[in-house]
Amino acid sequence: MVPFAGWTLPLHYGQGHLQSHLHTRRHCSLFDVSHMLQTLVYGRDRVRFMESLVVGDIAELKPGQGTLTLLTNEKGGITDDLIVTNTSEDHLYVVSNAACADKDLAILRDRAAQLQATGSDVHVEVSDNALLALQGPSMARVLQAGLSDDLAKLSFMNSITTTVFGVPGCRVTRCGYTGEDGVEISVPAARAVELAEQLLGVPDVWLAGLAARDSLRLEAGLCLYGNDIDETVTPAEAGLMWTLGKRRRVAMDFPGAAAIMAQVKEKPRRRRVGLTSVGPAIRPHMAILGPEGRPVGTVTSGCPSPCLGKNIAMGYVETAHSRTGTKLTVEVRKKQHPAVITKMPFVPTQYYMAK
Amino acid sequence: MWAPRSISSTRRGRARKFTDKHEWVSVENGIGTVGISDFAQEALGDVVYCSLPEVGTKLSKHDEFGALESVKAASELYSPLSGEVTEINAALADNPGLVNKSCYQDGWLIKMTVANSAELDELMTEDAYEKYIKSIED
Repeated sequence: MVPFAGWTLPLHYGQGHLQSHLHTRRHCSLFDVSHMLQTLVYGRDRVRFMESLVVGDIAELKPGQGTLTLLTNEKGGITDDLIVTNTSEDHLYVVSNAACADKDLAILRDRAAQLQATGSDVHVEVSDNALLALQGPSMARVLQAGLSDDLAKLSFMNSITTTVFGVPGCRVTRCGYTGEDGVEISVPAARAVELAEQLLGVPDVWLAGLAARDSLRLEAGLCLYGNDIDETVTPAEAGLMWTLGKRRRVAMDFPGAAAIMAQVKEKPRRRRVGLTSVGPAIRPHMAILGPEGRPVGTVTSGCPSPCLGKNIAMGYVETAHSRTGTKLTVEVRKKQHPAVITKMPFVPTQYYMAK
Repeated sequence: MWAPRSISSTRRGRARKFTDKHEWVSVENGIGTVGISDFAQEALGDVVYCSLPEVGTKLSKHDEFGALESVKAASELYSPLSGEVTEINAALADNPGLVNKSCYQDGWLIKMTVANSAELDELMTEDAYEKYIKSIED
């Protein structure tokens, strides 16, 4: 068990990190991600409220559709990355990082109070549901046995409220943090253990912890807030401009819009890249050196890839040296080892789209 | 004429001694075999890569001589004795998991000469090491 964002979480269960990671890609794993913050935003003005804080086109989300988006600060830095879903009920459903829970909640509450003071109708509530992530190629088969809804009709980033294995009032969203086809199930806390036990009753399903969670997301090229993105990094530097809504880029009506759009125009000075290497693993904070041996960047995440049998990493490098295929070196325990800039995801993703 | 050593001193010479950084060393015929303890391999998790020194490297006691990488983290290795590296375990290049599966036998890391056998007396016996682990676990 290790401390994480104020919680105590298991690194792995019985089988160990490697086996757990590989099992997720071959079968499926169950992660307890209840440490993440789940909020519900009610009120007629909830979309305007949300858009005042994030960069995405929230108004354009169809009922049941969600999107990854970013909370930004006035300098254009990233305050958090989160998923906002337009539920087909009367609220937005928001999932954000545990490490940013206090920060995010204060921002949401302050903005709601501001808007309420001018007569807007918006109300923020924290959900005390548990959150279980079921991820891997077997997920659909495992979950379908407990659902009356047809999973074949539920596409990536879409969400329904339904009964799962006899537990009513669950929100099932087809999304995750592994790159695999998966769901996150928001389940009433009182029946979370019961649901978990039902899922674990299927032999294909193994419990997985934080260790596998991190190596899986890195293989999938997904950022970890606090490592790969933070308040000092803009979406342009982070390669996350795709989260900016088309309408929002023109309207420039989100925090830090001027700084971000200026960087898009003039190209950011540094860019987030993927790296691969062999030999000793590349780890956070290691220096990335350019062709002249001068430091041109820093590693922000890294580990040996269980699937690829080589090392993978994310980091930021000066834009001039950031093209895919560029050969650089990384300083690992005082020795320099070659690394090459590699497109992400490192392992192909398997997100499901309904026909 | 060659006189055999007494049985008890041979046993003592081959017994494992431990460091407080969870390495073990076992000396036979003047050569020390070095590895990590079961406690260490358990804490480290699945070893995926071993960074070991070249044969001929001269080490002083406490010198960092390499690292073991799990998916999660890298753990430095510290030399239990002063001496020169005579052999590294070639099997670990293709099968780093041997460190987890057989930390006291097939998962040995390096062999080295023993420049100063008095340094062995400074290390913990197996019993003392077991007590040491219990004290840090609590």
